Amino acid sequence: MKRLLGASIPLLAALIAFLFGAVMLLAIGASPWEGLKALLDGAFGSADRLAATAIKATPLVLVGAGITIAFRTSVVNIGGEGQIVAGALLSTSVALAVPDLPAIILVPVVLVAGLIGGAIVGAIPGALKAYASVNEILSTIMLNIVMVQLMNYLLRGPLIDPLEVEAGTRIPQTERLSDNATLPNIVPGVRLHLGVLIAVLAAIAVYVLLWRTPTGFRLRAVGHSPDAAKAAGINVKRNITTALALSGSLGGLAGAILVFGSEGQRMVTDGSSAGFTGSAGFNGIVAALFGGLHPLWTIPSSFLFGALLTGATNLQRVLQVPAPIAIAINGIVVIFVVSSGRLREKIDRMLEARAEFDDTPSTPETPAVVEGAQS
Amino acid sequence: MSMLEMRGITKRFPGVIANQDVDFDVRAGEVHTLLGENGAGKSTLMKILFGLYQPDEGEVIWQGSPATITSPSQAIEAGIGMVHQHFMLVPTLTVAENVALGLSSGRAPFTDLDAVSERIREISDQHGLSVDPSVDVWRLSVGERQRVEIMKALYRQAELLVLDEPTAVLTPQEVDDLFEILRRMTDEGRGLIFISHKLHEVMALSDRITVLRNGRVSGHTTPGETSREELAAMMVGRAVKLTPDRPPVETGDSRLEVRSLSVQGDRGTRAVDDVSFDVKGGEILGIAGVSGNGQREIAETIAGLRTPLPGSSVLLDGTDVLPMKTKQRRDLGLAYVPEERMKDGAVGDFSVSENLILVNHDTAEFTSSGLFNFDAIRRHCSELVERFAVKTPTIDTPTSSLSGGNIQKVIIARELTGNPGVLIASQPTRGVDIGSAEYIHEQLIAQRDRGTATLLISEDLDEVLGLSDRIAVVFEGRIVAIVDADDATRENIGLLMAGVVEPTG
Repeated sequence: MKRLLGASIPLLAALIAFLFGAVMLLAIGASPWEGLKALLDGAFGSADRLAATAIKATPLVLVGAGITIAFRTSVVNIGGEGQIVAGALLSTSVALAVPDLPAIILVPVVLVAGLIGGAIVGAIPGALKAYASVNEILSTIMLNIVMVQLMNYLLRGPLIDPLEVEAGTRIPQTERLSDNATLPNIVPGVRLHLGVLIAVLAAIAVYVLLWRTPTGFRLRAVGHSPDAAKAAGINVKRNITTALALSGSLGGLAGAILVFGSEGQRMVTDGSSAGFTGSAGFNGIVAALFGGLHPLWTIPSSFLFGALLTGATNLQRVLQVPAPIAIAINGIVVIFVVSSGRLREKIDRMLEARAEFDDTPSTPETPAVVEGAQS
Repeated sequence: MSMLEMRGITKRFPGVIANQDVDFDVRAGEVHTLLGENGAGKSTLMKILFGLYQPDEGEVIWQGSPATITSPSQAIEAGIGMVHQHFMLVPTLTVAENVALGLSSGRAPFTDLDAVSERIREISDQHGLSVDPSVDVWRLSVGERQRVEIMKALYRQAELLVLDEPTAVLTPQEVDDLFEILRRMTDEGRGLIFISHKLHEVMALSDRITVLRNGRVSGHTTPGETSREELAAMMVGRAVKLTPDRPPVETGDSRLEVRSLSVQGDRGTRAVDDVSFDVKGGEILGIAGVSGNGQREIAETIAGLRTPLPGSSVLLDGTDVLPMKTKQRRDLGLAYVPEERMKDGAVGDFSVSENLILVNHDTAEFTSSGLFNFDAIRRHCSELVERFAVKTPTIDTPTSSLSGGNIQKVIIARELTGNPGVLIASQPTRGVDIGSAEYIHEQLIAQRDRGTATLLISEDLDEVLGLSDRIAVVFEGRIVAIVDADDATRENIGLLMAGVVEPTG
C-alpha cells in the first residue's frame, strides 16, 4: 500500500506537469494534443530517435547513479557539471597525448581518464568537507564555475585546434580526436554507442557497491549515523571524501562519453558548461531524485528525462513553438517531481506516525496477550 | 475516597489485548505508582484516561461520577494533568509563553503574559518549583524544564497529575528535588500517578503500587509490604536476580592501563583531570559518579573518539593506543558499548543484522572476493540473535523499531563478538527493561569470567555495586577513591560521589 502510493506520486506529479504544459501550449495557440504527439514521436518515433533518447539519457544515468552514492552517504553533490567537464578535459588530453594507441586500449584508457578527472574534482569538496567542514553544496557549485573557466582557458589556449589558430578563426575547440578513441556502435545501423551500455552497467555497479560490498556498507553507515559509524571504528572523514570522489568519477565518465560519443569527435565550448554538458550535471540530480535515490531506478528515470529532452526538440520543430516553451515544460516536470518527493516524505511520516500510535501495545518487546494465552 | 477510579478496563486491538480487566484508582493526597515493563499496558491505560482511546469494557469514574473522556483537552479541563517523559516545550519561547500556550488570554486578542507570569510566581513559591517565568526555555537545565512541565499542569489547576518516567533524565540530586516537590503536592491533596521502572524510586516515593504485566494487573501492593525483588518478579512474571551472581575469578595481568589521563571537555574545561587506573583481565572496574563528572570523556578517549591532553597514556595489553584510530584499537581487542545507544551505539536505519556486523563487516568471514557473503552474515547474525535472546521479528528488521532493551542487546552481542580483551561498557542498561538488564548483566559477568577486562561506567549505583570487583568514584573529573567491592556500600560510595572524602588514616 505504502509502496504503491510512493510510486504513484511522482507519476501523478508528471501527469499534472504535462497538464500545465498543455495549458501553456493552449495559451500560445498550439494544440496540446499535437504537442503530446510530437513529444512522443520525437522521443520514441523511430529506432534513431529511440537511440537519441538513450544517448541523451546516458550522462543522466551516470550522474544520477553518482548522486545516489553521495546522497546515501548524506553528502550533497551539486558538482556534476564541473565533474563532467573535468572528466572530458582529462580524457581529451589523454587522447591528444597518445592518439595512436589501438582502439582496444585507447577506448578504455580515455574512459578511465574520465573517471579519474571526475574523481579528482569530486574528492576536493569531499576532503574540504571532511577535514575542514566546508559546506559541500557551496564548494561543489563553486568548482562548477572553476571547471568551466578552466575548460574555456584550455580550449582557447593549450588544447586549441592548431588549424583554428592557423586560420585565425580561433573557435575554442580541440582538433578532431583520434578515431581509435571513438566509442564503437553497439547496434548496427543505429547511432547507439557503447557509452549507453557502460552507463547502465555503471548504475548496476553502484547498486552492487552500495548494498553488496563493505565499502558501500561503510558509506551507508556514515550516511545514516556518522556517530555510530565512528564509534564502530569506521573512518567517517575518509568515507565522506570517498563518497564524493566516487560520485564525481561517474560524472567524469559521463564527460568522457560525451566527448568520444559525440558526432564531432572533439571537445567544443560555447563558454558555458551547459553548452558542453547539456546541463546533465543538474538534470542527473533530478533523475536520481525521481528514481528515489536508488541507482537502478535511476536508469528508467533517466531514460524518461532523456525522452523529455529529445521529445521537446521535436515538439519545438513540429509545432513551431519557441524553444523556451519546451524548456519550461521540462522545468515544470522537474518542479513537480521534486516537490512530490517532499509530499511523499510527508505522507510516509504520517503513515509511520499512525502506525506507531496504534502500535504501542504490540511492541515486539513484550509478547502481547492474545486471547486464550496463559496469564 | 478515590478521586479517580478506573474499573475493569479492557482495551483490545486487532490481535492483542492491551488492557484486560484493569482496576486502578487514585486517592487524593497519595502517590499511586503504575509499574510495568514496556508494553505492559501502562501507556494504553493512560491514553484511555486522557481520552485518546475509548475502553472496550469498564468505566472511568472521576470525582465520584462516571466520566466519558474523549480528548486530552477534556481531561485537562476536568483537572487531569500530564508531565510527559519527552518535554512538550518550545525552546525559543519563555517559560510564561510556554505555560500560556494553548490557553485563552484574559485580554484577547492581546496576550496577558504579565498576569500569567504573576500567577506562575505564586504557584512557584507555593510549591517550591523555583521557576522564573521570564527565562527562555532553551536556557534551562533538564530538571528545570521538567518543573516547567509541572508548572503547566498546576497552572491548569490539575488535581491529578500523571508523571511518565519523570526521573529518566534527571541526576540523583534532581530526583531528590523532584520528590520533594511531589511530596508537597500530595500534602495539598493532589493525587499523583507515578510511572517508572526504577524500583528504588518506586519504593521511596509510592504510597501504593499497581503492577501491570502483559496488559493485566499482576498485583496491588505498598512499599511496606513488598521488596524490590518482589516487584521485579511481579513485572517480569518470574524471579529476577537484581544482583547477579559474581563467582570469584582469578584475575590476570592488567589489560587496560590508564595513566595521568587528562581530557579537555566540550566546554573547554578540563573534564578529566589526571586520572589513573588499571583493569585486570577477569575484573570489572566500575566507575561510579553523577553523570557529567568526566565518565563520558574517559570512555570516549579510550575508544579513540577523543584526543587527550599531552602527558596522558592509555595502554591496551601493554600497547600504547593513543596514537591509534578507533579501528586499530578495536583490532587490538577493544570493545565499546557507548553511552548513547541510538546516537553512538547503533545505526537506527540499519537492519539488526547490519548493526551486528557494523564493527567487523570487512573481515574475511563475511566477504568473498570483495562482495558480502550474505549466507555467512545471516548465519552469524541469526546465531547472535538467538544467543543474546534479541526479540526481533527478523534479522532484517530496522533496528530503530526494536525496544531499547533489544537494541542494547544487539549492541552488546556485537561488542562481545570475538571475545574482546578490554570492554568499555557505558550505561549498559540505562532505560532497559528489567528482563533485558538482567540478561545483559549476566553476559557482562560471563565475559569477565572469560578473562575480559571490563570498565563499567554507570549512573545506576546498584548496577555498579552489583557487578564491580572494584569501584572507582569520580567527582569533577578526578578519581576520588578506588574501593574494593567488599568495602563498598551505597552510603560510602554515595558520599564519595558527592565529593565528600573522608580523611584516611
